[in-house]
Amino acid sequence: MAVLEVLQYPDPRLKQVSVPVTLFDARLRAFLADLEATMRAGPGSVGIAAPQVNHFLRVAIIDVSSKPKIPQHGCLRLINPEIMQRAGELKGREGCMSVPDYTGTVVRAQSVRVRAQDADGQWHEFDCEGYEARAVQHEIDHLDGLLFLDRIVSPRHDLFRRKR
Amino acid sequence: MSAPAKQDAQWHMLTVVGTDRPGIVAKLTEALFRGGCNLGEASMVRLGGNFSIMLMVEGTNATALEQLVQPVTDALGLRVHIDAIHGGLHQHVEPNVQVTVYGADRPGIVAQATAALAATGFNILDLNTTVGGTASQPIYIMMIDGLAAEGVATVERAIAPLRTGGIEVSVTALDTMIG
Repeated sequence: MAVLEVLQYPDPRLKQVSVPVTLFDARLRAFLADLEATMRAGPGSVGIAAPQVNHFLRVAIIDVSSKPKIPQHGCLRLINPEIMQRAGELKGREGCMSVPDYTGTVVRAQSVRVRAQDADGQWHEFDCEGYEARAVQHEIDHLDGLLFLDRIVSPRHDLFRRKR
Repeated sequence: MSAPAKQDAQWHMLTVVGTDRPGIVAKLTEALFRGGCNLGEASMVRLGGNFSIMLMVEGTNATALEQLVQPVTDALGLRVHIDAIHGGLHQHVEPNVQVTVYGADRPGIVAQATAALAATGFNILDLNTTVGGTASQPIYIMMIDGLAAEGVATVERAIAPLRTGGIEVSVTALDTMIG
């Protein structure tokens, strides 16, 4: 297991679109372990995507279990993830290991249904909401070459959040 | 923003205020760019129809900076203030609490709310306020992002007494998602 180097914007490789995983082998499992170690080494990081460590495969890991009292699935290792459904909208602050010293306000779907394969190639579905859903959308964006910088909105525009 | 600023750059805070009209930022920054200056963080806001900007500028001294912008500020009737400042870029502090306050406008709302926050050691990182409603029934709206060293519950307790007297206050934890 190794902590990998994290690419930082303006590295153009972060804008690259990643390709689906086709081989569910020992190398993939070793990469997942390295990717997770890299995420846990990043202070406060709750997610990571393969292109952030210069691997252009559709792989992301999300683990928001360090945050108390929120709906979550523990450590999600998502391979070839796809968002099947989105509902609602929510503003929130985001930062990124690939964009140091900047955080911004981003509007994300309040809840998402995600379909992804596990390390053995089996498909699973997850219903994520709130903070976890935000992390899932942020990481899947990386697989499509998108950063949260592509989605920032002015925090001043909407003085009041809609009451739900 | 041109070349990356040097680590030991001497920054100035350039403050410009005046009657708002289109094109002020473009003319100011064009003059600074042509004068070889580099820009850092900036905040422009229109307050009561007035243009205001605070702009971190690096690459020249205060006298030269004043001379650089003077043709623009004279032509547009703007007032200028320049300070040499300590510090520089890459010093962001992440807020962990957002406080919103609103109510029928009356004197003292900002003073009372911020005194309650200051008593907890709360550090205001971003504050903006405005007056909405109508001239006969103005409403005051304030939004604050800050760092509460002791967490959201302490802020909530400190600010709760403001709720008497028709002021609405909400305190929300900000949890930045780092991915």
